[in-house]
Amino acid sequence: MTRAETIPTTPTRERPETPVSTPGRVGESTTRADGVPKVTGEFEYSSDLWMDGMLYGATLRSPHPHANIWSVDTSEAEAVPGIFAVLTHEDVPGRKVCGMEVPDQPVLAWERVRYQGEPIALVAADHPETARRALEKISVEYEVLDPITDAEEAMREDTPKLHLSGNLLRHIHVVHGDVDTAEADVVVEGEYEVGMQDQAFLGPESGLAVPDGRGGVDLYISTQWLHIDRDQVAESLGLEPDQVRLHLSGVGGAFGGREDLSMQIHSCLLALHTGRPVKMMYNREESFYGHVHRHPARMRYEHGATRDGKLVYIKARLVFDGGAYASSSNAVCLNAGTFACGPYDVPNALVDSYMLYTNNPPCGAMRGFGAVQVCFAHEAQMDKLAKALGMDPVELRIKNAIKPGDRFPFGQEVPPPAPVAELLERLKAMPMPEEEDITGRDLRRLPGGVSNVTHGEGVRRGVGYAVGYKNVGFSAGFDDYSTAKVTLSVEGGEPLVRVHTAAAEVGQGIVTLEAQIARTELGVNKIAVLPADTSIDSAGSTSASRQSYVTGAAVKAACEAVREKVFARVREEFGEDPDGLSIEDGNVVAEGHGIVVPLAELLDGEEIGELVKYRHKPTYPLDENGQGDAHVQFAFAAQRAIVEVDEELGLVRVVEVATTQDVGKAMNPQALEGQIEGGIAQGLGLALLEEIQVKEGRIQNASFTDYLLPTILDMPPVKMEILELADPDAPYGLKGVGEPPTIASTPAIVAALRDATGRELNRVPVKPEHIVGISGPTGQPPQPGSRGPAAERA
Amino acid sequence: MSSADVKLQINGQAYTVNTEPRKLLSDVIREECGLTGTHVGCEHGVCGACTVLLDGRPARSCLVFAIQCEGMPITTIEAMAQDGKLTTLQQALHEEHGLQCGFCTPGILITLDSYLAENPHPSEDEIREALSGNLCRCTGYRNIIRAER
Repeated sequence: MTRAETIPTTPTRERPETPVSTPGRVGESTTRADGVPKVTGEFEYSSDLWMDGMLYGATLRSPHPHANIWSVDTSEAEAVPGIFAVLTHEDVPGRKVCGMEVPDQPVLAWERVRYQGEPIALVAADHPETARRALEKISVEYEVLDPITDAEEAMREDTPKLHLSGNLLRHIHVVHGDVDTAEADVVVEGEYEVGMQDQAFLGPESGLAVPDGRGGVDLYISTQWLHIDRDQVAESLGLEPDQVRLHLSGVGGAFGGREDLSMQIHSCLLALHTGRPVKMMYNREESFYGHVHRHPARMRYEHGATRDGKLVYIKARLVFDGGAYASSSNAVCLNAGTFACGPYDVPNALVDSYMLYTNNPPCGAMRGFGAVQVCFAHEAQMDKLAKALGMDPVELRIKNAIKPGDRFPFGQEVPPPAPVAELLERLKAMPMPEEEDITGRDLRRLPGGVSNVTHGEGVRRGVGYAVGYKNVGFSAGFDDYSTAKVTLSVEGGEPLVRVHTAAAEVGQGIVTLEAQIARTELGVNKIAVLPADTSIDSAGSTSASRQSYVTGAAVKAACEAVREKVFARVREEFGEDPDGLSIEDGNVVAEGHGIVVPLAELLDGEEIGELVKYRHKPTYPLDENGQGDAHVQFAFAAQRAIVEVDEELGLVRVVEVATTQDVGKAMNPQALEGQIEGGIAQGLGLALLEEIQVKEGRIQNASFTDYLLPTILDMPPVKMEILELADPDAPYGLKGVGEPPTIASTPAIVAALRDATGRELNRVPVKPEHIVGISGPTGQPPQPGSRGPAAERA
Repeated sequence: MSSADVKLQINGQAYTVNTEPRKLLSDVIREECGLTGTHVGCEHGVCGACTVLLDGRPARSCLVFAIQCEGMPITTIEAMAQDGKLTTLQQALHEEHGLQCGFCTPGILITLDSYLAENPHPSEDEIREALSGNLCRCTGYRNIIRAER
């Protein structure tokens, strides 16, 4: 139903002016191009968007995790004064499903809902509250079905199928050597679980869709990948891609949670149906239902080694709960399958990584996707093995550390640099913090802090190590590229470089990095990075730690192309050999004899612009034995965590995290520190605090009161040592940096907890009841008479 | 839904807003007064992004109704920089990368600015305590502490 009462004019939104900055060069710490508007409050986030005459959209979501829909009656909602449209799946003119990797998710559900919170209908109203009230007037007739809430159950033959393709979304099978004939002196086994983590970006989903009056639409949105959104919106609206224009709006954090669609199609549908701009904005509760989460995992491992500590084989069976729809589960399953053994040289391995559909909330990308889960398990196994061998856990890791020229279990040769042993050695050598006397300590430095519950009686200290790694960029044959346009002009007598890409700045600092590259390559002091939108070709996703590499390389190549043209002109006009030329402070300079010509004079009012599409070297899908050159770059980080635990109260204080990481090139050292520390905070959250509690397919804690994030009091000091070992294939030798810190910190912290308590702690987040042993990590009460290793030690 | 005229003093300027008495201060500041530097992250007083000064003290604008704030001066992030010049604290947060996405930043600045006015030389423990009610998901907080020091 649509009722358009007024046909408003829909002027193009005026966007804030593009700031011109003078950034530092590559390798220098430099302030953010968006830093000033962010500290003054002027920076425009998608939630701040406003247009005269705009309507407010709202979404009706399923209260049931699994149900048949027999009917949807919108008539009462349509009659609510102030309502301009009520839309269901019947109003989706194009493809009725969407999805990043697999289009398996209804834009608006019909016949069946597969998770709690699945969108069913949309309304647009002149007031957000009217919109919400109208939702209540839509009556949906459900036949509630039993939800499938366990991935193992979903895998069974006799379990009903949630999708036509079955419940198995993906299976990665990696065979390396022969685990059956491998003989080991020492064998350790373990079962590990990772809970469902939320990205919990602080700025909830929001966007504004503006119809262009000619059948097309402009969408201002906070997202991680404009073009994949654009393509999905166009498909479902039945429009040509160029009729749908996306503009990146201010993004309040992402961490993977904005890679899938939220209201992109919905808001555009409403805008086109009403002929009015439509704003949609989720609140925090809706945000928990409106984006995918980190996959929960159950992982079974067996490690075999020789008596002197050389790995002989690893067997791993990994089961991931993908939830109701595919999202980026394929990539998560691949990452987990390929990284399951950790950064170690192991001659024999058998890995089975399973991804299942269930009626739980859909899971997808989150910082470190797939690698986070297996790192928790393989690092726990390495500690267990060290204990069984009576070896130092760091020594064991160094002894088995993978190095360039070795083969990963998935068959790819390890490219240089891969300094796993060096990272661990340096980490081990970093000074330990001084141990402060427990008695007389400031409460803030005790587990439990100012709640004043412990006075130190049961407090023990523990130290744990972990090393993690992950691919950078998109893998397994994906056509991973980025596009950059760089234009050199003269404005107000001064040379200016404009850089245009569609790379999504989500807070990580890509805009600043693009500006640094332009300044470095073109020797011009004034740089303007234009707003990201779909008027230029794709930059790919802001995910998989790939933007600095791929978009960085595209910007660098475009700058080089512009520079070549400048030098060609200098040769033409001044007879200078381009080989001896450079550009410094806006002047073309010849080696040995100074300024040849200022750019302002050379250009004489003209512009030089170059558009470059950059692709990294190709990757290949795995074969049926899980073998192939699947990944383009690997990034490594090692961490040491020191914790203090009150064993009687189950309270934890992380005293310090130390880290070593190879970043290839520290592009903006201060920003790098922020990335690493922020990544560690999220790993700490997964270790100790963060889990979406899902019972029978229903989220129990969709708020920041009940879903706990690390505060400043939870975050310890971080010591870091950065290695810059250049990757010869990457721009400036850089490596992606965002994900490795999150991967390594969870297992390091839990290892420290095990060291302090002697308990197995095979599930994250570790809760106080696991530490004190009230319940076992998988909810099992401890065996009667079992005192636990901690008690024995005491 | 009966509305009323609510008179507010925000950043030294008088606003008369015709709104429902149950409308939150945060929503009135953002939607009626157009001051969108005050951010709403959780809507129930946990994240601290919506912190403003209410009668000179930091308060979560998502936990009070606008109508309760009549007669109390309100200060938002927009009033912090004077004539386009950043305060020392704003400058420090900018220079030390004490922000990434920046969504939490206005709340952190309002909270810290007010704290530092009363405690000009805090220890690191004291800064941490002062900021313990402000969530930041990007930075891990270290650069925020560095900025302050």
